[in-house]
Amino acid sequence: MSDNFVEIRNLCFARGDRWIFKDVSLCIPRGKIIAIMGPSGSGKTTLLRLISAQLYPNGGKVLVNGVDIHSLKRAELYKMRNSMGMLFQSGALFTSLSVFENVAFPLREHTKLPEDIIRNVVLMQLEAVGLRGARDLMPNELSGGMARRVALARALVFNPQLMMYDEPFTGQDPITMGVLVKLIKYLNNILGLTSVIVSHDVAETLSIADYAYVIADGRIIGEGTAKQVAAEKLPFVDQFIHGYADGPVPFHYPAKSYREDLRL
Amino acid sequence: MIDWIESLGRSGLLFCERAGKSGIFLLRAVVRRPRVIRLFPLVVEQVYSVGVLSLVIIVLSSLFIGMVLALQGYNILERFGAVEQLGQLVALSVVRELGPVIGGLLFAGRAGSALTAEIGIMQTTEQLASMEMMAVDPLWRVIAPRFWAGVISMPILIAIFCMVAVFGSYLVGVEWLGVDAGQFWSNMQAAVKFRADVVNGIIKGLVFGMVTTWIAVYQGYYTEPTAAGIGRATTKTVVYGSLAVLGLDFILTSFMLGGW
Repeated sequence: MSDNFVEIRNLCFARGDRWIFKDVSLCIPRGKIIAIMGPSGSGKTTLLRLISAQLYPNGGKVLVNGVDIHSLKRAELYKMRNSMGMLFQSGALFTSLSVFENVAFPLREHTKLPEDIIRNVVLMQLEAVGLRGARDLMPNELSGGMARRVALARALVFNPQLMMYDEPFTGQDPITMGVLVKLIKYLNNILGLTSVIVSHDVAETLSIADYAYVIADGRIIGEGTAKQVAAEKLPFVDQFIHGYADGPVPFHYPAKSYREDLRL
Repeated sequence: MIDWIESLGRSGLLFCERAGKSGIFLLRAVVRRPRVIRLFPLVVEQVYSVGVLSLVIIVLSSLFIGMVLALQGYNILERFGAVEQLGQLVALSVVRELGPVIGGLLFAGRAGSALTAEIGIMQTTEQLASMEMMAVDPLWRVIAPRFWAGVISMPILIAIFCMVAVFGSYLVGVEWLGVDAGQFWSNMQAAVKFRADVVNGIIKGLVFGMVTTWIAVYQGYYTEPTAAGIGRATTKTVVYGSLAVLGLDFILTSFMLGGW
């Protein structure tokens, strides 16, 4: 068995005429937390969708557990997806179902477990994310952070081997962010998961990541451990990691000269 | 001129592409290994939201349509001294045409738009993508129950529409304007044929139900994931659904009158 749970080889992906990825290769080792960072619109979420075969590449391969995921038939793909979990940016809870029913959804769809076992499994999952007491609430009664924790419980209900997080920290207050950071690290360690975090929240992501990739312009422009990435001197990575307002990504949108525009 | 021909060709190709895509979409949703026990409760739930919740608008519209038809019919038939034919006039108009067509238009407006908006919001908020990630096919779990619910509900709604419209015409014709009740009912019974009128009306309902629901679920599933996109998809559902009902009504009627 390969040490890498996911291997991306020479991946190319385009939307219309625009190339999102050009010959990207990266590895996601088993049992590690890997961060994929980059500015908005750099294709981070697209990369997760390619890994989970929600999208198909124009070239290259994505090997998940040694299998080219895009070559699988629908039934095989669904079987493979049972070993993957994904936390969506919005949580993506089913708005017509309660918290309890949301977490029970995959169990009801894929198993014929008796009701009392489903109840216990769901309550255990909710306990792990600290929301056992919120089981009867509807998604519209939850805060953004709570919704993501419920979604996390639902994604973990089948004990996946690979967990993908799409912008888990975006728009969260510091307490919620701290809770999510702690949960991701804790669950990764205790369940022996392989985790991929896609984010542009640099400090939080690097605080728990074992290895990080920085992507921009359709390619990987920096990689390494948290320390290595933080010390990266490449201008773009430096600007991104430290959040400088001006640099290779300019503060000003291209325009003619200021004096000319003001007719001075 | 060349540009015009080019754009015509492009539009034609786009139309064919979308027609093929929607056909494959429907086939993938409904043609599969039957899982009746799992599907049945989902369909029942949708029959409630698509069918039962459309009852109010169907019943009220059909009541008023029946009443107006009786009023107009009475005024014309009175000139020829044939007011006893009122029941026949209303029943044939409603069962053959008005029931299926107006029922179809109301269904496209009320249930079709609701279906598109619901599925569109599920798409926009990544609920369908999360279902995919849980190895649950949204075409089976979300689209198929809604499609079957539309197909089942529509003929029933049209049957209810026809009955209530006839009742409305009875209220105006017999109770208000004084047409003889015996003649009203017996002429109606003699004129309306079960096979040629009632069954054909139900067949129209079945076809309209299939087509309007198909359009609604397709537009919802392939909506552009923005607020404006959902608005556009909902509008398209009502416009395309209404045009499909009117166009198909002409085609079906010409087949049925042609001795089908």
